[in-house]
Amino acid sequence: MIPETGHFALVLALAVALLQMVLPVWGARTNDAALMRVGPALAVAFAGFISLAFAALVAAYVQSDFSVLNVYQNSHSEMPLIYKITSAWGNHEGSMLLWVLVLGLFGAMVALFGSNLPQRLKANVLAVQASVAVAFLLFILLTSNPFLRLSPAPAEGQDLNPVLQDIGLAIHPPLLYLGYVGFSITFAFAVAALIDGRIDAAWARWVRPWALAAWAFLTVGIAMGSYWAYYELGWGGWWFWDPVENASLMPWFAGTALIHSAVVMEKRDALKVWTVLLAILAFSLSLLGTFLVRSGVLTSVHAFATDPARGVFILMILVAFIGGSLGLFALRAPMLRQGGIFAPVSREGALVLNNLLLTASAAAVFVGTLYPLALEAWNGAKITVGPPYFNFTVGLLMVPVVFVMPFGPLLAWKRGDIAGVAQRLMAAFGLAILAGLAVAYGQAGGPALAPIGIGLAAFVILGSVTDLAERAGLGRVPAATAWARLRGLPRAAYGTMLAHAGIGICLLGIVAETSWSSERIVGIKTGEGTTVGRYELTLERVEPRTGPNYRDVAAVFRIREGGVDRGTVTSSKRLFTARNMPTTESGIRTFGFGQLYVSMGDELAGGGIGIRAYWKPLVTLIWLGAVVMAFGGVLSLSDRRLRIGAPRPARARRNADAAPANPAPAE
Amino acid sequence: MTRKSRRLLLISCALGVLGIAAGLVLFALSDTIVFFRSPSEIAAQHVSPGTRLRLGGLVKDGTVEKADGTHVRFVVTDGGADVPVAYIGILPDLFREGQGVVAEGVLQADGSFRADSVLAKHDEKYMPKEVVEALKKQGKWQEGEGGAPAPALLPGRTSSAN
Repeated sequence: MIPETGHFALVLALAVALLQMVLPVWGARTNDAALMRVGPALAVAFAGFISLAFAALVAAYVQSDFSVLNVYQNSHSEMPLIYKITSAWGNHEGSMLLWVLVLGLFGAMVALFGSNLPQRLKANVLAVQASVAVAFLLFILLTSNPFLRLSPAPAEGQDLNPVLQDIGLAIHPPLLYLGYVGFSITFAFAVAALIDGRIDAAWARWVRPWALAAWAFLTVGIAMGSYWAYYELGWGGWWFWDPVENASLMPWFAGTALIHSAVVMEKRDALKVWTVLLAILAFSLSLLGTFLVRSGVLTSVHAFATDPARGVFILMILVAFIGGSLGLFALRAPMLRQGGIFAPVSREGALVLNNLLLTASAAAVFVGTLYPLALEAWNGAKITVGPPYFNFTVGLLMVPVVFVMPFGPLLAWKRGDIAGVAQRLMAAFGLAILAGLAVAYGQAGGPALAPIGIGLAAFVILGSVTDLAERAGLGRVPAATAWARLRGLPRAAYGTMLAHAGIGICLLGIVAETSWSSERIVGIKTGEGTTVGRYELTLERVEPRTGPNYRDVAAVFRIREGGVDRGTVTSSKRLFTARNMPTTESGIRTFGFGQLYVSMGDELAGGGIGIRAYWKPLVTLIWLGAVVMAFGGVLSLSDRRLRIGAPRPARARRNADAAPANPAPAE
Repeated sequence: MTRKSRRLLLISCALGVLGIAAGLVLFALSDTIVFFRSPSEIAAQHVSPGTRLRLGGLVKDGTVEKADGTHVRFVVTDGGADVPVAYIGILPDLFREGQGVVAEGVLQADGSFRADSVLAKHDEKYMPKEVVEALKKQGKWQEGEGGAPAPALLPGRTSSAN
C-alpha cells in the first residue's frame, strides 16, 4: 500500500502544480485578488503531497520492500539503516524525486514567508515555480517512476552501489540540490518580473536572500562532493574536472556573480537587466547540470543505468525553460528602465569586473565541458578536454578576480578613489609579499608558482580583514571606540569578510596541496616500512574483518614522526558480497591542517601488499575555506536588513526533517 | 563623462575581458585536448609516437603481469588489434581481465603505451561509453533490450538490473 500511496501523492502533486501554474497568473492578469491568493495555499499543498511521496519511498526502503523495483535494484536487507534511508536518493528515480521535493519546499517557503511581497509578484513567482514542478513531475511519472512494482517480489535486493554506501550520500546530494533548486526561486522572480515588465531595487532586496541561501548551499554541496570523492575513490585527488563537477561549478560561478550584481541593483538601482539575465542563467545552468548528469550523455561517476528516452525528455525541459525565459528576456528587457550611472573606478565598477570574470569563467567551463559532446555529434571524433585546459583557463581568469577582491569592499559607491584604497591595502599587500618571499625561501627549489599563490591567498585574507579594520577605524581611534564600532557593523559586513577570506583559505589549501604533496607508491610486507613526507609508516598487520554486508581485508599501519609514535591508520579492501564488487577504503589521519592518506592496493604474489601513501599539507583548508565562505553567506543572510522577507532557516529545517521522520516502522 | 560615453567604456571593457577569455579558451583547447583511440584505430591510422591519447578497450585475458606492487603490464584489445600497456601505480578496484578499461598516457616508439592513469568502471553494471562504441565497431558488442547497452561480455550480470 505504501508505494501506491506515494504514487498517488505524486499524481495529486502534479494536479496541484497544474492549478498553481495557471490560477495565480490568471489572477494577476485579471487583477483578481482571490485567485492570486490561491497560489500560496496550493504551494503549501504541493509541498505536502511531495513530502508524502518522498516519505513513502523512504518507507519502502526502510522496510526493504523488494516488491518495489527501485528498492530491489538499490537496496539490501543487511545494509545499515542509514544507508537504507540514503539509498532512496542514491539512484536516478529517487534523486529526481528529491529534486522535486526540494523544489516544493522552496515554493512553500516563498508562500509562507513572502508575506511582504507585492501580491502580483508573489502570484507570478509561485506560478513560474509551479511550471518547473509540472515539467519535472511529468518527467518522473512518465519516464522515472520510483514506485513501479515487481512481481513476483524477489527475496533479496541487489544492494546499493558500494561506492555510494557512505555517509557522503546523506550529505552531498541534499545540499547540492538545495543549491541547484534554490536558484529556481531567483529564476521564478526574474521571469515573474519580466512577465510584469517591471523591476526595481526592491526586487533585488527580495531576490538576494534566496540567491544567498542557494549559493551557500551550493558552495557547501560542491565542497562536500569534493571531499567525498577525495576519500572514497582512493586516488587522493579532490577535483577531477569531471563533467559532473563542472556542471555544479557553472551555476556556482553564475550564482556568485548574481549575489554580487544584486547588491549593485539593490543599492544603486543599476545593472538591472544584467541581474535578471544572471538569475535566468544561474538556474539554466543548474538545469543543464541536471541534464548532463541524468541523461547519461556523459561518462561519469554519477551516470547510473541510463535510458535515452529520459535524456530526450530532460533536453525538452531544458529547451523549453531556457529558450522560453531567454525569449521573454529578449522581448521585455528593453522595456526595463535604466538605472543609476557610475564611474569605472567605483564599487559598482569593481563588481562589474567581478561579474565579467566570473561569467567568463563559467563560459570557459561550459565550452570545455560541452565541446567534446558537440564535436562528437559533428564528426564523431572522441576527445577529452582534461584538467590542463580547465586549470589553465579558469586558473588564469581567477587570478584577477582574487587580486581585485580586497579592493571592491574598500571602494566607495559611484566614484571611488583607487589611490586611497591602494594606500589602505599597503599593509596587507606588504605582509602578503613577505609571506610569498618566506615561502620562496623556505621551499628552496619548489614550484615557482607556489610563492605567488600563497602571497595572493594571504593578500585576500588580510585584505578582507583590512576592510573591517578600516570601517572600525582601528589604530586611528581609541581601542574602545573601535571595538564598539566593530560590534555595531552590520552582519553583512562580516559576511563579506568571511566569504572573501574563505576564498583565500581555500586558495592556501589548493596551492599547498598541489605544490608540496608527497606521494609514495610501494609494495611492502608486514613489519616493513616506508616514509612519506615527515612520516614513517610501518605495516603492522593485515587482517580479515566482516561487516554487515561486506567482508574486508584491513591493513593497519603504525605512524611515526621522527621516532615519535603518532598512532595508527587503517586502509582496507572491501568486497561487497551482494554485487561481488570490491572497493578501497582509504585510511586518513589529519595532522594539523594536513592529511596522511593511505590507500591499499592488491595483495602481492610474494606476500605483502601494494600501497599508495600521500602526505598532503594544508589540504583540509580547501574544504574549510568553502565552509567559511558558505558561513559568510549565512551570516549575511541573517543581516537585519535582509531578514525581512528572508526565509527562516529553523522553520525550513523542520519542514525538511518531516519527510524522513514520517515512515512507518519496519516490521 | 556622459551616460553614453560611460556605457561605451563599460561595453568596451566587457568586450575586452570576454575577448581575453575567448583567446584563453581557444589557446587552451588547441593545446590540451586528448583524443580517444581504440587499438584498431591506432593500428590503422599510424598515430605518431609521443602523442597523448586515451586508449580504451578490454583487458585481454591472461595478459596482466604484476612485477611488484606497483609495476603493471597488460594488453588492451578491441578484438581487432592489441596494444601492450605499461603502468606504474595502484590499479582501480574494478580492473579485471576481460573487462572494460580506459588508460590515458603516451604512445611509445615501439608501439606500446605508457599509461599514467587507468580508469575502470565505477559500477559493475556500467561500461565506459567510449569503450562500448569501440567494441561495437569491431562487432564485439551485443545490444541489450530496453535501450540500455547491456555489457554482454561481463560475467555475473542479471538481466533485470537495467
